[in-house]
Amino acid sequence: MEKTKKIPEIIGTDVPRVDLEEKANGEAIFTDDIQFGNKLLFARIKRSPNPHALIKSIDTRQAENLPGVKAVVTGADFAGRIGLYLKDRHIFARNRVRYVGEAVAGVAAISEEVAEKAVDLIRVEYELLPPIFLPQDAIKPDAPLIHPDLGEYEVVNFIFPEPGTNISNHFKIRKGDMGKAWQHCAAIVENEYYVPHIQHVPLETHVSVAKVDLTGKITLWTSSQSPFAQRDLIADTWGISPSDIRVISPFVGGGFGSKAGVTMEALPIVIAMKVKGYPVKLRLTREEEFYTNFVRQALLIRLKVGCDADGNILAMENTMYWDGGASTEYGVNIARAGGYSCTGPYDIPNVNADSYCVYTNNTIGGPYRGFGMSELHTGIEQCIDELAEEIHMDKVAFRQRNLVESGDILATGMVMHPTGIKDCVDKVAGAIEWGKPDIPSDPHKKRGKGIAAMWKAPAMPPNPGSSVTLKFNSDGTVFVSIGGQEIGQGAFTVAAQIAAAGLGIPVEWVRISKPLDTDNSSYEWQTVASRITWTMGNAILAAAEDARKQIFKIVAEAWMEDEKDLEIVNGVVVSAASKREISLKEFVITGIPKENDQGWIGGPIIGRGMFMPTYVTGLDKDTGQGERAVVHYTTGAQGFIVEVDTQTGKIEIIKAVSAFDVGKAINPDLVRTQIEGGMMQGISSALFEQLIFKEGVLQNPNFVDYRIATTVDIPEQMECFIVEVPQNDGPFGARGVGEHPMVPTIASIANAIYDAVGVRLKGPPFTAEKIYLAMKDQRQTGS
Amino acid sequence: MKTYPITIMINGRKEQLDVSSNLTLLHMIREKLALTGTKNGCEAGECGACTVLLNGEPVNSCMVLAVECDGAEIMTIEGLTESGEIKELQESFIKLNAIQCGFCTPGMLITAYAFLKRNPNPTEAEIKTALVGNLCRCTGYERIVQAVQDAAHE
Repeated sequence: MEKTKKIPEIIGTDVPRVDLEEKANGEAIFTDDIQFGNKLLFARIKRSPNPHALIKSIDTRQAENLPGVKAVVTGADFAGRIGLYLKDRHIFARNRVRYVGEAVAGVAAISEEVAEKAVDLIRVEYELLPPIFLPQDAIKPDAPLIHPDLGEYEVVNFIFPEPGTNISNHFKIRKGDMGKAWQHCAAIVENEYYVPHIQHVPLETHVSVAKVDLTGKITLWTSSQSPFAQRDLIADTWGISPSDIRVISPFVGGGFGSKAGVTMEALPIVIAMKVKGYPVKLRLTREEEFYTNFVRQALLIRLKVGCDADGNILAMENTMYWDGGASTEYGVNIARAGGYSCTGPYDIPNVNADSYCVYTNNTIGGPYRGFGMSELHTGIEQCIDELAEEIHMDKVAFRQRNLVESGDILATGMVMHPTGIKDCVDKVAGAIEWGKPDIPSDPHKKRGKGIAAMWKAPAMPPNPGSSVTLKFNSDGTVFVSIGGQEIGQGAFTVAAQIAAAGLGIPVEWVRISKPLDTDNSSYEWQTVASRITWTMGNAILAAAEDARKQIFKIVAEAWMEDEKDLEIVNGVVVSAASKREISLKEFVITGIPKENDQGWIGGPIIGRGMFMPTYVTGLDKDTGQGERAVVHYTTGAQGFIVEVDTQTGKIEIIKAVSAFDVGKAINPDLVRTQIEGGMMQGISSALFEQLIFKEGVLQNPNFVDYRIATTVDIPEQMECFIVEVPQNDGPFGARGVGEHPMVPTIASIANAIYDAVGVRLKGPPFTAEKIYLAMKDQRQTGS
Repeated sequence: MKTYPITIMINGRKEQLDVSSNLTLLHMIREKLALTGTKNGCEAGECGACTVLLNGEPVNSCMVLAVECDGAEIMTIEGLTESGEIKELQESFIKLNAIQCGFCTPGMLITAYAFLKRNPNPTEAEIKTALVGNLCRCTGYERIVQAVQDAAHE
């Protein structure tokens, strides 16, 4: 089997992306670009101005009578609940609103303008309820309940809500003997960190068009990371067959998690139910995008970590309060991910962790690039720095001593697989010349260096599946039908490379079937969790193997040879025995004629393949222990050199270095672009971003008041390292890296700021004002 | 709402349209003319995704009213692609993987194109300043700046 072990040349090659030409010439179709003709109706949403209230009455009569209005809906029109892990959300509010911006009523009209006018004519009467905005208030025993019916909600078996409280998931780790461990500690650090809400900010806001046929079949055109999960969730909520809802998703203008699961997509469906036969479009305005859909939940994290005199970490106590917002249907699993990864990438024998997902009357928290790991590592990686300092050890050496390695028993009881994290830390330390002081550009400026390591596992149900079909055309080109979405990360290009490698054909022969369409594409759970290269890649290889078997059988029969002697090289079947050759073009549709016109062998080739992890086990509710918590961890590290102006607090990034262990880079330049883009998103979240709420009302829902990084914020110097310790069940050894580059960024910058000026802030964004005031405090207290 | 007749040159062709007084250039381009390469990112002049050339100058088309464009010459990504004027930039963006999701790309390309016409030999700092009004959430901008530099040196 020597031939299958060798990695084909196309793997590890910077193949040009397959989607860029149409994106560069403006031809790429996004959902809002699809033309529907004059029948298209426009939807607008009446939203709650209150964070917590009972709906006493809704008067829609005036709106219904407005010329041009085709339908008005409220929560009375649809009773079902929806949610990925916990069905805790109505599509339009019924009886109660739980956050500012919640959908209360919807209108479809002949234009957005008429729809907007109609929305203004809807009168809603509320009875105000006491709101809760902080998770630490929400968990108090006398706190008002945001979801009094929590105990009745349908929930998956690995999420543990506590009915009668505002806690929608409580994930626990109990490992080792904490009492004994603390006694052996020579140094202990305790600290609390806070990471505020931020928004994904895809440049394309959410947009969905729903049509319901007179037969009841639903079609949804939508910008989506998860056409299949959306189809299945909506079908479940409506009580219809998944075959009666078709989700079509063209190119996605950025997702970052916000376009996973079902959020606003269900709104136009409820409206379309009332105007059958008409497509109904709902496009969120930029303001709506900021606070009516998913945001990244805030995290309050309390850590206590201790080590012995040699610098071995002995124990960690980690308490996380995730501000889940008004619905935690998806967010409950972020709390779980935070729980099972609670140690960060460190080998810690004694662990006590409590990760709480808590309802508040803030906007709904959901998946965001990193799925809780940026927030978690913001705490852990600062705490590790503090502990190293406490025990007087070099911060890199302290990390190297404690980082996870192959064979370690993790906090859940899972055994760690081989990983290149130590190499990653060495590489970034080397690149920022760790330990060597840097000379500031000005006497009143100070430079500092910081490092943070990270790990992240794909967070998902235990059994998310992928499937692929490969369909040949008569010229040897092949359509690859996948369900993984191109959200900018390069999934289609990597799919083409893996298909070419698996089949043995030139990559130019591979076509990715698009747009994704649940009626025609192959099933894929969701394009989330940095899982697509790994899981879809495996399914493509399985489909390629299936096609090859068919091809070899045909050729072997025609040539009367042994299948084992055949191989496909550059689109040509060659025999090692007879040295005969035949191009795929000659037979993959038509088959091969038998000699003397005596009939045919073969026919159109279709390869099919699937992949699903079957080995992930459950974790004990009370201890978090189980054999295999996750499929694998991608690890890495970042290092920063920053310069802080001591007169203004202004911070400048001088150098930013990343190293990640991706197992095998299928397309190294695409790995680099993920690292660069993700790190910049991380820098943006570290320096600028925070959703500022006042009594539940967002104060900065625009790009002027909510600033994201722009061209002028690019670090002076950037460097990327790709480390490759193969994943035993990855395609050619590959693991995902889509989310990881923004995970260690906040902590790494925080550590660099501390190194420069000796101040530690409770959390980002690290604005000039906060740094300046912290330096001033420090001077006054003389600490 | 009252409509007004306007005549424009769009992508080198003359068009006569009746537009309402509150219709933005962005909506006219996307909805009346179905030129969907121009993207709607914020409708507040803050993200640059809807950038087009108005009489040769880049504008956020969401901030311009269609009635103001009577007699004007407008170029969108479709027209610039067809004429080949923007080819070097497009090729540089593709070559350097300066595109990910692609939603900001048409606006980014047009801003860069207008900038290079004004300043054919820019420094890196000048490029960064020129593109500051075009937001991109995917790439981290480094490749975009490199691509503009690359196109300038072609």
